[in-house]
This record gives sequence, C-alpha cells and structure tokens, in this order.
Amino acid sequence: MSEIFTVGVLVAVVASAIRLAVPLLLASLGETFGQRSGVLNLGVDGIMLLGAFSGYYAVLKTGNVWYGLIAAGIVGLALGLASGVIAVTLKAEQGISGIGIYLFGLGMSDLLFQKLVGTPIPIDTFPKVHIPVLADIPYIGEMFFQHSLVVYMAFAAIPIGTFVINRTTFGLNVRAVGEYPDAADTLGVSVARVRYATQLIGGTMAGVAGGVLAISLGIFQGNLTNGAGFIAIALVYFGAFRPVGVMLGALLFGFVNALVLELKTLEIIPRDLSNLAAMAPAIITILALAFVAGRFRAPAALTKPFTRGQ
Amino acid sequence: MKKRSINMAILFAVLALVAAACSSSDDSGGDGDFRIAIVAPSAENDLAFTQSIVDAAAMLKESGLVAEIAITDQTGAPDDAAVAIRDYASDGYDLVIAHGSQYGGSLQEIAPDFPETSFAWGTSADTFGLANVYSYEAASDQGGRVMGIMAAALSQSGVVGVVGPIEVGDAKLYVDGFKAGVLIQNPAADVPVNYIDSFSDVALASEAATSLIGNGADVLSGTAQMVVGAVGVAKTEGVMWFGTQANQTSLAPEIVVASQVYHWEHILEEMVNNVKDGKLGGELYSITFANDGLVIEYNDGFDLPDDVKKLADDAIELIKSE
Repeated sequence: MSEIFTVGVLVAVVASAIRLAVPLLLASLGETFGQRSGVLNLGVDGIMLLGAFSGYYAVLKTGNVWYGLIAAGIVGLALGLASGVIAVTLKAEQGISGIGIYLFGLGMSDLLFQKLVGTPIPIDTFPKVHIPVLADIPYIGEMFFQHSLVVYMAFAAIPIGTFVINRTTFGLNVRAVGEYPDAADTLGVSVARVRYATQLIGGTMAGVAGGVLAISLGIFQGNLTNGAGFIAIALVYFGAFRPVGVMLGALLFGFVNALVLELKTLEIIPRDLSNLAAMAPAIITILALAFVAGRFRAPAALTKPFTRGQ
Repeated sequence: MKKRSINMAILFAVLALVAAACSSSDDSGGDGDFRIAIVAPSAENDLAFTQSIVDAAAMLKESGLVAEIAITDQTGAPDDAAVAIRDYASDGYDLVIAHGSQYGGSLQEIAPDFPETSFAWGTSADTFGLANVYSYEAASDQGGRVMGIMAAALSQSGVVGVVGPIEVGDAKLYVDGFKAGVLIQNPAADVPVNYIDSFSDVALASEAATSLIGNGADVLSGTAQMVVGAVGVAKTEGVMWFGTQANQTSLAPEIVVASQVYHWEHILEEMVNNVKDGKLGGELYSITFANDGLVIEYNDGFDLPDDVKKLADDAIELIKSE
C-alpha cells in the first residue's frame, strides 16, 4: 500500500491525467459556448468521431499531424453548421436531433474507415515538446512540461474561452440569447446568428477534440471515442457552464481514470474489485455533478428554440 | 407538421446510413449455396477477435464450401446482436455465428425459435443442450504460455506487463496462460496485469501500457481490439510486444515479436459439413496447437534469437503432447 504514496506514482498519474483530459476539455469548452447560447448538442460524440477519422485519414495521407488537426476542425465546423441548421433554423427538438448527429457520426466514421482504410494502420503522433529548463525540473517537468504542443494549446484555450464569454460583446450576446432571447432580440441581437456561431465553435472544437484523440493515439478504429463526447457534455454541467469549471472537471475525470489504472498496475486494487474501480471516474463525476448542479443554474433558454414573438 | 416531417426524414436518413455502415454482405464467388452469417462485437478488420472469425469464413468461401458470408460487426451491445442474429435466422442463413461470449443469453432465447437453422456460439463451451447450437472456444492459454516463455527470455528488466480488457472468457484464458509462461521461464519475474475493464477504450489501453512501462516493463502483451492503443505506446517507447487473436505485426513491425493467430477455419469447415449432412449442433469445438487451430506467427522483421525461438518450439511440442 505504501507504493501509492511515492513521487513516481504521483508523477505518472498527473501526466496521464493531463493526457486523458485534453480531448474532453476541448469538446466541453466548445459545448459550453453552445449551451450558454441556449443550444444543447447531444451529438458531440458523433462530431468527435468524424473529426477523429478525418484527422487520422489526413495524417495517413499526408504524414503531417497539423494537416490532420485542420481536417478534423473543418469536418467539425461542417457538422456544427449542420447542427445549427437542425437546432436553429429547423427548430428541431434538440435532444433527439443531437442523438441523430451522434448516430450519423458513429456510423459514417466507421463506414469511411472501412471503405477508405480497412485494417488499422498506425500514423505519426504529435511530437512531444521539450520546454527548455522547465522540462528538466525533476518531477514537475515530467508532469507538466513534457507533453505535445496540442496539450498546451488546449489548456491555453481555457483563459481565451473565459475572456470571450465574459469580456467581449460576442460573449455578452451569447449569454443574453441563452438567458433572455426575447430581450436580446428586442435589442437588435440576432439570436439565430449568435446560436449559429456557437454551433460552429462547438462543432469545430468537438472535431478538433476527436482529431487530437486519434492523432495522439496514432490509430483509428470504430467508436474510438468510447462515449467521451457524452462525458464532455456532462462536464459542461459539472463545470457550471464556465470554461475553468469545465477544465477542472476534465482534469478530475482524467485524474481518477489515471489513478485507477496506476493502482491496477501496482496490483493495489484487488482483481475482483477491478470492475468497481473502473466505474470510479463516472461515479465521482456524477457525485460531483449532483453537488454542483444544485448550486448553479443552467441558462434559462437552454434547449428552447427561439421564435420571434412567442 | 411540415417541419416535423422534415425532421423525421432527416432522422430516418441518418438511421439508414448507420444501418448501412454496420452491416455488409459478400455474395460474390463461391459455387455452393451455403450461407454463413457472422455477428461480432468489433470491426471485421480489427486485427483481433472479430477479424479471426471473418478471415476463417473468407477461407471457406475461397475454397468454395460457402457461397455467401454476411457480417454484422460492432454489435458490442447484446441487444443489438440479438436483433441481427434473429434477422439472419429469419432470412434463412444456414449457419449463424454469434461470435462473442456476451451473446449467449440472446442465443439461448433465439435458437429454439429456429430449429431448422444452425447456430454457433463462441467463445464458450456451452450449447445449452440445444440440438441446433454449436459452441467453440480457443485454448488461448496455450499460445499465451508459449509467448510468455519468450517474453520472459527477452526481458532484461524482469518485468513483463499485460493489458487486458475484462477478466472473462478468452481474454482471461490468454492472460493467465501468458503469466504462467513468464513465470515458468523466470520464476522471479514480475508480471503486472492491467485489466482496463473495457474491450473498446483505446485511450485507456494506451495509458495502461504507459503505466506498465513506467513501472519497469520492457515487454508487453495484451488481448482484444482495444490493444491497438497499447501497441502504439510500445512502439513509441521501443518496448517489445506479443499479440494474440490475429497477426498484429502490421501495427508495429519494429517491436512485434510474434502473434498467436486463431485459425477457426478448421472447425468451421467441420461445422459446415455437419450442417450440410443435417447435423445442426450439439457439439463443442476447441482450437488448439494440436489441431492447428492455434498458430504462432513470428514477425520476420524482428531479430528473434535462435535460443528463444527454440524455447517456443519446445513449449509448443510439449503442449501438443499433453
């Protein structure tokens, strides 16, 4: 048991938690924009899957991981647009249409993989960045400063997202159409345009999140995300619809997952409790969600289509 | 009402695409009229469990014994698989293969409704006492033991790690056999096993491999379709890998030493001939080294020392004689 309390375990768990958190963090941040504007997109996982495949395929064909990331973002953008058409223009029931997008992404990503690739072929992964001086600090360096560039980009997106939501006119409009769309409309804010914009942001970030996942793993297979998109949606609630909260939720989920894995490797978790331990990340997230949910209110117009004059 | 119709049309279009993506049928070639349907939990080309049965069926088709193979893959949920199994039976397929130990409950319920259809279920040793159900299993512990012996012989650190899915059936059998093999060769070795409790979480398998390597493992193995993530980490870290179920050399030719490959075609051929003769089930089949159902395929690009290869050959002969 004393093996748990070593610096080595802490270093391994924190580094692993950061890696596991990144796709969740990106997808959740994008979805935060959508939900703050009043649109719930349950199709995040499907967009992540198509982003994952397109990112993987672009790297497979070009050998350039950054082209892969761009491809994933473009596909995410297109699906964000589709989600906007369905939720904003067609005013579809958001829960059902989101599931439709998820199923589309799940089926189409696998179909494209089967038709265009077939058997899993490994691709290049993001190179690790060795940050001078910082990466060489014992333990700290290994935990925080020996990751790939996309990890730092993902965490940099959090303060940027916070700034955009809280300190810009666009962010003010997003919050306004999510809370009081009629009032925003009366003041000349185009509810449809703002919601389209958040769907494009959310779709792009979900696509990028999938691309980051596939390229980090260096492989693609059907249902690669394994439901990560749904965790990302839950993390928006967990994070009380705020980018920093979303980041903390993603890190908590990653940390518990990483800790369970490390304890299994060290054989500290008995084999017959393995199943139970595997549920720990979900259970802890649900408990935290229940704790947080009572303290923060969702945007008043969340899931409600906007029709002028109604 | 019009908007609702549009939304419903979109939803149906999506569902149709998904359905198209999830099933396939290959009825080109083949000179008989025997039709096989396969329902499996992962992708048909997963370089693992599902691919092993798909490859076997394809061989029978090439030989002309079978005219048509239909595949519904990625039915990880038993409920989805049950729908596919029932559909294939209704469509008159001669042999419906439920390729997943998790499908047993569904098959037990469905098979009695189609007494003229033959079903096969694996990996399992249970036919439920039904005259139209075959069961099949792989003695994967045999190959696991051989590869464990090689892994221990190649390990410099004395730590050999294993990434497992859920501790059941074929996976457990392989992992237990592998661990036993390592300890036969080096009783002092450490063999940490990390069951990630998922057959499909590639990211988690990848992190499990990272954790094992971080704890000193310089040789890894693993089973089920999610190990592609672990192989990627092994490749990046230059750690040797032993595969199972299908030949995994193509995933990382630099570090894959050998793979235990399942050759179901021998027992599948026997089942097909039995069905053609009117015997629809009631028997258990097992692939082993002795019946050539299990084969160790070496990576020609890996410089395996002769003495380690001899250890493996000796172990195979010993297992065959047991």
